[in-house]
Amino acid sequence: MAEAALRAPGAARASAPLLGISNLEAWYGESHVLHGVTFDVAPGEVVTLLGRNGAGKTTTLRSIIGIMSKRTGSVTFDGVETIRMPSRAIARLGMGYVPEERGIFASLSVYENLMLPPVVKPGGLTVEQIYELFPNLRERSGSQGTKLSGGEQQMLSIGRILRTGAKLLLLDEPTEGLAPVIVQQIGRTIERLKRDGFTIVLVEQNFRFAQTVADRHYVMEQGKVVDMIPNAELDRNIEKLHRYLGV
Amino acid sequence: MITIFGVPSAALFGQLLLGLINGSFYAILSLGLAVIFGLLNIINFAHGALYMMGAFVAWMLLNYLGIGYWWALILAPVIVGGVGILIERNYIAPLSFSDQRQSFVLIGATAIGFLVLSFGFSLSATLAFVGAAVIGVAAASIYAWKRPSQSSTVHVDHLYGLLLTFGLALIIQGLFRNQYGVSGLPYGIPPQLAGGQQIRLFDAPIMFMPNYRAWVIVASLIVCLATWFMIEKTKLGAYLRAATENPTLVSAFGVNVPLMITLTYGFGVALAAFAGVLAAPIYSVNPNMGADLIIVVFAVVVIGGMGSILGSIVTGFTLGLVEGFTKVFYPEASSTVIFVIMVLVLLVKPAGLFGRAS
Repeated sequence: MAEAALRAPGAARASAPLLGISNLEAWYGESHVLHGVTFDVAPGEVVTLLGRNGAGKTTTLRSIIGIMSKRTGSVTFDGVETIRMPSRAIARLGMGYVPEERGIFASLSVYENLMLPPVVKPGGLTVEQIYELFPNLRERSGSQGTKLSGGEQQMLSIGRILRTGAKLLLLDEPTEGLAPVIVQQIGRTIERLKRDGFTIVLVEQNFRFAQTVADRHYVMEQGKVVDMIPNAELDRNIEKLHRYLGV
Repeated sequence: MITIFGVPSAALFGQLLLGLINGSFYAILSLGLAVIFGLLNIINFAHGALYMMGAFVAWMLLNYLGIGYWWALILAPVIVGGVGILIERNYIAPLSFSDQRQSFVLIGATAIGFLVLSFGFSLSATLAFVGAAVIGVAAASIYAWKRPSQSSTVHVDHLYGLLLTFGLALIIQGLFRNQYGVSGLPYGIPPQLAGGQQIRLFDAPIMFMPNYRAWVIVASLIVCLATWFMIEKTKLGAYLRAATENPTLVSAFGVNVPLMITLTYGFGVALAAFAGVLAAPIYSVNPNMGADLIIVVFAVVVIGGMGSILGSIVTGFTLGLVEGFTKVFYPEASSTVIFVIMVLVLLVKPAGLFGRAS
C-alpha cells in the first residue's frame, strides 16, 4: 500500500494535518501490538478506525493520548511531537479521550464526573450547552456516576470532554452495546460536533454507523493501517470492507 | 458518689474519656493511612514512626529553638509532611519506575555520604546516617529533576511498599532511639490549656475533665471532619477520588497524577505528625510511641475497611470508646478487645465495616 494513499486529502496541499501519525509501534508489556501505524487526520475531519477485534484500534487511540507504557514512532498534534510526552501533557495540548469502557467514576456524582476533566484550552462548551446536548444528564446530575444507564454513561463520557476545550476527540466505540435510539442520538451529536469544527477519531466495529458520520475510514489489520476508504466510496468498496472485517 | 452499673461515675467516665482520647489518635492515624492507601495502594508502615517524629519535632522546636506548642502544631506537620514528600519521591515512587537509575543514585550517594561523614568527619553513627540520608535524597532529587518525566511505570504489588515503609519505620525509630534513648522526654501542656473542669450533673460531680484532653478530642474531630469534607465534597477531593479509581484516565485528562500522589502522601504524613504533636503532652515523647500505637491503628483500619475515609474516622472513635468500656467492665480484655473485633469483622465482612468489596 502506497504511503500517499493513506494521507488525508489535505496533506498533499498546504494545510498541515491536525494529527499526524507515522510508524507508531506500541507494546503491552512484552507483547508487541502496533507494528507501524501511519495515518493523518486533517482539521475538522471525522475519521474512523475500522477493523476486527484485536486489530489494534483501541491501542492506537491509547497510544495517541499517551497511556501506553511503551510506544515509538511519531505522533504529532498541531505540529507538536508528542511521542516523548506523558499523557497529562498530551491532553493539555487539546485532546479529549473517551475510553471504550467509558471511564465513569463510581465515587463521583454525575455532576462531579462532568466537571472532573480540567479545562485545557479556551472555547469549550459550557455545562449548560452540554445539558442541552444531553438533557438526561441534567436530570441525573446528583446521581452516582455509575448508576446511569449505559447510554447515559456514554453521554457523560463524551459530554465531560467537551467542556475542556479539546479540539481533537478520540472516541472509542461510543455506540457499543447501546440501543438503536441512543446510537442515533450519539450519531447526531457527532454530526453536530463536526459542524462546530471538532476533529474526531472514532473507533468503530459498526461500519453502518461509521458511514453516517465519517469523512474517511482507515482499516486496521494486525497492528497496521492497511487501507483508507473515503466515505463517498464506501459503497463501491463494500465487498473489500466485508473481507477486511470478516463479516 | 454516683455509681452506674455498680461502677463509680468518675471511673466510668474517666475511662470513657481515655477511650475517646485514644480513639482520637486512632481516627487521625487511620484516616491518614486510608488516604494514602486509597491513592498510592501502599500500606504505610512508616505511619507510626512519622507520628513519633511529629512529637519529637515539637519537642525539638521547644528545646532547641524555643518554639512553643501552638506553632509546633502547625510547623511539625509541615516539616514531617516535607520529610514524607521526600520519602515518597525518592523511596516509594521509584518502586514503580521501570528504570531504577534514580534508586542507584540514592543508594550510592547515601553510602558514600555515610562513609565520608562517619570516617572523614568522625561524626557519631546517628548523625552520620542522618547526614548521609540527606545527601542521598538531595542527590537523587537533583538527578530526578534533570531527567525527563518518568513516563514508563510498572505496576507493583502492595507488598513492596509495605516492606519498604516497614524498613523506613525501623530506621527512623532506631535513629531516634540512638539519639534520645527510650526513657521518654517530657513535653508540657501549653499554659492556656492547663487545669480542667469538674463536670456536674444536677450538682453531683460526675467526672473531672482536664482542658487539654477536651482540646485533643475537639481538635481531632475538627481535623477529621475537615479532611472528610475536603475529600468527599470539594473539587480537589473529586480529583483524589477519581485518581484512586482510575489514575490512568485522570492523567489522560491532563491532571498531574504523580504530583497528586506525592502531595497526598505528604498530607497523610502531616496528619500523623499533627497527631504526634497532640499526643506529646499526654504521653511522653518516646521513640517507641508510634510502634506501640500503629499495631492497634492497623486493626482499626482493617475493621473500618481499607481506604474508607468515613469508615476510619467512625471506627477510630468507636473502637477507642469500646476499649474504654472494656477497661471498666472487663479489664482483662482491654488490650485485646480490638483484635477480637478485628477477627470477627474479618470473618463476617472481609472488606471491613465500611469497605467496598472489590
